Amino acid sequence: MTMGDENRFLQSFEIEGKNFGKAGSISTKVKEILQEIGIEPTVIRRVAIATYEAEMNVVMYARRGELTLNLSPTEIHIEVEDEGPGIEDIELAMQEGYSTATEEMREMGFGAGMGLPNIKKNSDKFEIFSTPGVGTSVHIVLYLNQSVRK
Amino acid sequence: MNLGEIKEILKAEVICGGDRLEEEVKYAGASDLMSDVLAFGAPGILLLTGLTNAQSVRTADIIEAKAIVYVRGKRPDKEGIELARQKGIPILSTKFMMYKSCALLHSHGLPGVDEFKKQG
Repeated sequence: MTMGDENRFLQSFEIEGKNFGKAGSISTKVKEILQEIGIEPTVIRRVAIATYEAEMNVVMYARRGELTLNLSPTEIHIEVEDEGPGIEDIELAMQEGYSTATEEMREMGFGAGMGLPNIKKNSDKFEIFSTPGVGTSVHIVLYLNQSVRK
Repeated sequence: MNLGEIKEILKAEVICGGDRLEEEVKYAGASDLMSDVLAFGAPGILLLTGLTNAQSVRTADIIEAKAIVYVRGKRPDKEGIELARQKGIPILSTKFMMYKSCALLHSHGLPGVDEFKKQG
């Protein structure tokens, strides 16, 4: 953990690709940290859902990834970067119901083509970048004061 | 409706959280797709599912579900039960299939999460 200054909280977590046993544990940790800090429950819930979907994507598709939680007095930034196959067509991947999931992923209860749309729905700002054959990066922002939510 | 009543209606076995059967549940939702659960879930929901791996419990924790009912006699795996104990999520298992489980709870007055949201 690193603390930039007293008003910022910054921590990164390693996500293991294909480790279904541990899948979701980073999101649980993020949720616990935000609860300890005293963030509003409705914001925590949205962060937890977005983070969990992003973490599951890394576990299901990538070799490894990293989630960075960056908290300022006004915003929560979450960056999830992975080393994996990347996404050929992001616009298509953002469509509800579109999925490239394997049978194994579906048996885990995922791969219904709702992951990226769920992340976007639970974020105030959402950005995704991907290079096929290299990896994918998802960046989300949630405002702590929801009256400034856009 | 409390968890004890749900246990009776579904003739369910309590796998963990037997000390929390007095707790009230106001609405329910059912799915084997965890992304769907993440999309429709609301805090305090009763989750009915046939998905027995630890992800079902993890998902319930993320959406702050009140409890999980596993249908068709299914039981969560060992990791799932351990996680549910850690997180304090009661788990029930009923022999009824998903359709009948939902129908029974609904006919006894437990609305779906979408109906509950519409009622405001």
